[in-house]
Amino acid sequence: MFDLAGKTALVTGATGGIGGEIAKVLAQAGAKVALSGTRAERLEAVAAEIGENAVVVPANLSDTESVDGLIKAAEEALGGQLDILVNNAGITRDQLAMRLKDEDWQAVLDVNLTSAFKLARNSLRGMMKRRHGRVINITSIVGVTGNPGQANYAAAKAGMIGWSKSMAQEVAARGITINCVAPGFITTAMTEELGDAQKEKLLAGIPAGRMGDSKEIAAAVLFLASDEASYVTGQTLHVNGGMAMI
Amino acid sequence: MSDVADRVKKIVVEHLGVEEDKVTENASFIDDLGADSLDTVELVMAFEEEFGCEIPDDAAEKILTVKDAIDFIEKANS
Repeated sequence: MFDLAGKTALVTGATGGIGGEIAKVLAQAGAKVALSGTRAERLEAVAAEIGENAVVVPANLSDTESVDGLIKAAEEALGGQLDILVNNAGITRDQLAMRLKDEDWQAVLDVNLTSAFKLARNSLRGMMKRRHGRVINITSIVGVTGNPGQANYAAAKAGMIGWSKSMAQEVAARGITINCVAPGFITTAMTEELGDAQKEKLLAGIPAGRMGDSKEIAAAVLFLASDEASYVTGQTLHVNGGMAMI
Repeated sequence: MSDVADRVKKIVVEHLGVEEDKVTENASFIDDLGADSLDTVELVMAFEEEFGCEIPDDAAEKILTVKDAIDFIEKANS
């Protein structure tokens, strides 16, 4: 089950807690994985941990040229066309909507929504020819439920679900699936910054009674990337300990 | 018939799985040959590959019939 031998994958935001774990799990399943992110040193460290199945393709997704060239750069580094794209990179610029600056709105949409769409679009050509492909977008529970202070982030994540469904309908007949994984609260450097009182309040709303682990997100991605998930497309798989049942 | 025309028709027959005699020069990919919009995108990709030329999106939108494709490619390669 879930054998990715002979497949290639690109994971954006591979320096983060969730992205790094996704890259590791895909590589363990046999895929050759290109790691993308802004911090080259950290990327090398993740790649070294994975071993020979990993290559490094640094990119800054807030830079248009970097986005437009990434699929090609990844395919060159991988030595073959891309089978699996995992759009995991994301940034936050949290602020109450009333105080949210135009540039903070735009920056979050550019990276989290637009760059992910462009990467998916640019990878479709090869996938269509081979009649096989997987695009897995890491969205967020916040894209479905909203969250105070995250109007920009929630808009981008909801938008991601929208274009995934449209694109999924366009290419389904070509053996390409497009799906989203929506994490709830996962233990990462980002959520470590929360205070104890905030954490306690959050946990009260999670039936599982704990935060999630990046491994639990990576497992969902592995399933969607596999041949076994060939009939699953346009879906959002919520991995949130029951925090929202949608 | 030109060499380009033969090769274009061969691609159309293979790609859309239609009878060769239906692929006349005036046949419309969508109306006569049963292509959907994604098929036309793929046909353009196949033409680009076969003839080693680039067909920009605005030109691709105007390639509606077999003849449109042949004309574009002959012009691009001349």
